[in-house]
Amino acid sequence: MARIELRGIAHAYVPAPASEQDYALRPLELVWEDGGAYALLGPSGCGKTTLLNIISGLLKPSRGQVLFDGVDVTAAPPQRRNIAQVFQFPVIYDTMSVSENLAFPLRNRGLGAAETRARVEEVAELLELTPDLRRRASGLSADMRQRISLGRGLVRRDVAAILLDEPLTVIDPHVKWLLRRKLKQVHEQLKMTLVYVTHDQVEALTLADRVVVMNQGRVVQVGTPQELFERPADTFVGYFIGSPGMNLLPCTVEDGAVVVEGQRLPLDAGVCARAREAGGEPRLGIRPEFLRRVPEGTPASVRVEVTQVEDLGRHKLATARLGTQALKVRLPEEERLSPGEACWLELPPRWTTLYAGGRAIP
Amino acid sequence: MSHGIELENVTRVVEGVTHLADINLKLEPGAFHILLGRTGAGKTSLLRLMAGLDKPGRGTLRADGADVTRVDVRRRDVAMVYQQFVNYPSLTVYENIASPLRLAGRLRGQELDRRVRETAAALRLEPYLQRLPAELSGGQQQRTAMARALAKDASLLLLDEPLANLDYKLREELRTEIRQLFRDRPAVVVYATTEPTEALLLGGKTSVLHEGRLLQTGPTLEVYQSPATERVGQIFSDPQMNLWDAELSPEGGARLSPEVAVPLSGHLRGLAPGRYRLGVRAHHLRLSPGGPGDVRIPAHVEVEEVSGSETLVHAAHAGLALTAQVEGVHRHPYGAPVELFAPPSRMFVFSPEGRLVAAPPFSPEAPAHGQD
Repeated sequence: MARIELRGIAHAYVPAPASEQDYALRPLELVWEDGGAYALLGPSGCGKTTLLNIISGLLKPSRGQVLFDGVDVTAAPPQRRNIAQVFQFPVIYDTMSVSENLAFPLRNRGLGAAETRARVEEVAELLELTPDLRRRASGLSADMRQRISLGRGLVRRDVAAILLDEPLTVIDPHVKWLLRRKLKQVHEQLKMTLVYVTHDQVEALTLADRVVVMNQGRVVQVGTPQELFERPADTFVGYFIGSPGMNLLPCTVEDGAVVVEGQRLPLDAGVCARAREAGGEPRLGIRPEFLRRVPEGTPASVRVEVTQVEDLGRHKLATARLGTQALKVRLPEEERLSPGEACWLELPPRWTTLYAGGRAIP
Repeated sequence: MSHGIELENVTRVVEGVTHLADINLKLEPGAFHILLGRTGAGKTSLLRLMAGLDKPGRGTLRADGADVTRVDVRRRDVAMVYQQFVNYPSLTVYENIASPLRLAGRLRGQELDRRVRETAAALRLEPYLQRLPAELSGGQQQRTAMARALAKDASLLLLDEPLANLDYKLREELRTEIRQLFRDRPAVVVYATTEPTEALLLGGKTSVLHEGRLLQTGPTLEVYQSPATERVGQIFSDPQMNLWDAELSPEGGARLSPEVAVPLSGHLRGLAPGRYRLGVRAHHLRLSPGGPGDVRIPAHVEVEEVSGSETLVHAAHAGLALTAQVEGVHRHPYGAPVELFAPPSRMFVFSPEGRLVAAPPFSPEAPAHGQD
């Protein structure tokens, strides 16, 4: 397994990129530590697959260097990088048995029969494929095929990293849980460097130790799931992570307070000063999960009118009007609140973030 | 005469494989109907049958009281949206929406133009009317396909996992739009999905399908809160419901293991002794007691998944698999001991054959903090 370093990487698909807009991937610096589980998360077209292809060697970047354990591999083709890849659609040989499929990457490299068998059995055990080793791969279920695909990636000891490109997209929700859990367990045991590309925040957050969030060709934040949830560095991260995303309220910044729709909320004076210095449109961010219903007069609270309450089984999701703004509020399932009702919501200061020009003010 | 779509003992077998078995279902106009089931459950088969694309081997299909079982799809008043967005690649968005209207010949000139623009506005497609599908994002393409179906104003509108191929965030936005678009329409709307969360978000009525059989139909929240069988409970839970074998006796309670037994209080009182299956949804298992009656289950952590706002703790106790979905971030190393707490008031009781015997009371008791 390897530590992967991207230095000043940028990529344009057009031959002579003139402006910033021509770059599918804007210049970036990133380090993937040896043994880390990373997710690369972002909407379609954000550049995440481009980045993955640069790591695997399928694509040579327009600019910058790719280092594996300090060695420059920028010009090396995929087969010389020792990368295992798992794609959205499982790549397996239907005419072979499960066991032959798993052994294939080893045979290809001339590993002895005894060691091959030992490795195949080990991986099969890990992925719960042991009872099916002798079955033919054709006609197996989608999740089984994807497990075999994954097994083919894991079977080699010498791989520098495992790259997975949306591997669970074609899997049913109830099996997704199981496969994701399996992958996480396998990572905990083998500690391989893992890069997992997805547009699904739940997959990214639950699987990875660190998540790289991308938008429009840029890396907007790298952090643990907790950091991304609690302290989005960027309004895009606030919006993209969480379901529904963060409430982002246009506001005006005063000394030691912000004013939202005529209602004043105290805020750290230093943060306010830095926000004004930074310039750009100020917004106050708070997640639906952190808003709390409180009695009138509670500090740091605003008066709102409830417009909609949806019962989602395990919790309720309310929409409330604050002046001209709509706020999403997550409420416990036993909370009783009806449309038309007015109530007070607290914005606990430790869970609010002030943004200026889209970036969080520290 | 009854309005809407009615299926009576509908069965369809293809090359010896039963796709649909003995389906009885009534779909009223004006309500949002959800077909919930896993891949291969028969959702698409059922939609195709309603559309008239396929014919049942047995059974009757009625539309507004009239038998339409053998009526060809072209003579039915139906619109369908597929998982794979289908648009005419050489036509602009405007023409994509307009073409079925021109074909039907019911609208022309200004009226047709108005209908196209109104529908496009509802789906936020106005800026793209002159573009070709290839110049649109996936979400916009699917919105175009939906606009075409909506503009037709058919009395039967079928949507087959229309959001499955879209990005997570787009899905979230379109879900809200879909609900608003179909609210108060006089049409029969049927929406197929594999996702419990989607069914809950869209509300309306839900029919649960599994292996070609209709397991349960009812108001969405009612089916969620009172699954008729263990299978329905599993299909309608994400993550899956915890299900444990229990031996019940009046003096010992419902025993899960030598160490753990559930006291028979509330809706569990009065159950006959014997073997049962207990079901608890993952978000009802906690890491600290939520009330004095909670059952303590000592366990070992197998793996944890942190999603930022919550943590999924997968653990094991005496051969039982436990999954808890808890608020906040929690970290335990692999194999660490952990105590999980299960409230008996939230437990489903199923017979060994999987039939629902007792469900938690519908509306939970007044919250402990006693507001209002």
